[in-house]
Amino acid sequence: MSKVIETMDLTRRFGELVAVDRLNIAVEQGEIFSLLGPNGAGKTTTISMLCTILKPTSGTAKVSGFDVVKQATQVRKSIGIVFQDPSIDDRLTGRENLYMHANLYGVQPSEQRTRIEKVLELVELENRADDILRTYSSGMRRRLELARGLIHYPKVLFLDEPTIGLDPQTRDHIWTYIEELREAQDITIVMTTHYMEEADRLSDHVAIIDYGKIVALDTPAKWKETLEGDVVTIRTKDAEKLSLIVADKMNIQKIHVTDDKIEIIVREGEALIPRIVEIAARNNINVEAVFLREPSLEDVFLHYTGRVIRAEGSSELRGEAAIRRRAVR
Amino acid sequence: MTEIRGLYTLWLREVKRYLRDRIRIISGVVTPILWLFIFGTGIQFAGSIGNLNYQQYLFPGIVGQTLLFTSMFIGISVIWDREFGFMKEILVAPVSKASIFFGKMLGDSTDALIQGIIVLLLGVLLGILKDPVMFLKLLPIMVLMTFGFVSLGLTIASFMQNLESYGIIVSFVNMPLFFLSGALFPVNGPNVPNWLQTASTLNPLTYSVDALRQITLGQEWHPLFPLYYNILIVLLFDIAMIVVGTLALNRRK
Repeated sequence: MSKVIETMDLTRRFGELVAVDRLNIAVEQGEIFSLLGPNGAGKTTTISMLCTILKPTSGTAKVSGFDVVKQATQVRKSIGIVFQDPSIDDRLTGRENLYMHANLYGVQPSEQRTRIEKVLELVELENRADDILRTYSSGMRRRLELARGLIHYPKVLFLDEPTIGLDPQTRDHIWTYIEELREAQDITIVMTTHYMEEADRLSDHVAIIDYGKIVALDTPAKWKETLEGDVVTIRTKDAEKLSLIVADKMNIQKIHVTDDKIEIIVREGEALIPRIVEIAARNNINVEAVFLREPSLEDVFLHYTGRVIRAEGSSELRGEAAIRRRAVR
Repeated sequence: MTEIRGLYTLWLREVKRYLRDRIRIISGVVTPILWLFIFGTGIQFAGSIGNLNYQQYLFPGIVGQTLLFTSMFIGISVIWDREFGFMKEILVAPVSKASIFFGKMLGDSTDALIQGIIVLLLGVLLGILKDPVMFLKLLPIMVLMTFGFVSLGLTIASFMQNLESYGIIVSFVNMPLFFLSGALFPVNGPNVPNWLQTASTLNPLTYSVDALRQITLGQEWHPLFPLYYNILIVLLFDIAMIVVGTLALNRRK
């Protein structure tokens, strides 16, 4: 397997802020690689540098064998990008947008029609292709952008938060298109996301990024293995108190408290449940509910960063909860 | 070839967007009518410029004003593109900075030129422009005018953060250029104060309006400068603005 992307101490500062801090990652040919992290972690900055939109402050990267600083044009020819924010002309039709892209990327006129028909078919927009973009829903626009990114047969496709702000059904559709792409074409996909589910479902490798640094990098399966065992969630009003007792009496390390919930990661969680309930009862703590599940990437993120991934428009309460959680850990 | 196709597709986009915007076309018809018909008629009866008919005098000025105002106004598309994200699609494409700039500039110039031609047609309808041959003589000068003004608009827009401030800056640029160009009243002659004469010589619109007037009025008009000199100044202005505009539009953070 050859490396399609390699970064060498890639760094970007904005004044005092170090948005991306000496990043070293390698992406293999044909894989889906996800950068997972909360808003402001440096995901988009990283992608922008790889796409040659933003110059690195120091360090560099190679994309399909070309240097992003010295060979920007070659890099651009070999990549496709779906930006986080919309980047289509909403006064033109879908088809016009696609033709424009084909021309900008030097697709031969004789091939343009076939390729455009093909990508329209992939994202199921054949019937709406001649409508002005203004009449499209946000999900349709996203699909068109995905189609556009593929017209010039890029070696690497960058997807910056591909399903942000979309309804669950459309998200699922887009995930299916991405999966189909990987099956059908020899394409490498680099994706950023703050949705655990997305990274989990699509990626071969997931790098967790926080404050501009890679916190951890592995396959989704390995992630879960790292957190071997089960996640036991206990809902109670005295979450703090119970967590301290459980940590003390049962010698369990991996405990996280969120508002009125305790999460414990242990092997054979089902055997633990009766004991916890018993201890709680002995200490006059009323347990409202107990759940058992397999760990998700969400738990992995929590484990490595001590924080829950911030959702869009996250509230201060989450921040406070995060601080409390850190204290308990 | 790739560069030419990139340039062409960007040109086509600007023109398509313009032709789909009915309001802009309508205002391009109505505004000059107001100037020529109402303002022109009013002033004509209030006084006169030498032995010239004021509407005849005003007409090249309004052609110049239309080209200046529409060219500058179109610069706003840069801010729209940035705000709505389309700029990223262009800037990340594998085409040269020069192609991006020329595609956009030529597209916007085409739009401005269409507005200018609308004014010429109005001139014919209102009986101001009598000789059809003038049409062909005026066009090349108008083309040169739009290049410079569109580039100026694109340059300013490249540095502006939002639509509101662009609007304000543009009127700060448009109004002095318009008033100091001789479009509405002569900027030479014994009664014109020195400061106004000096200011008008620093204004590219002065030279272009003078050139247009030499064609529409012929012998009746005493030119400020020879025609070749006017055209040379406009050409130099174009080159300077194109260079500055290319750099400004493609600034990378």
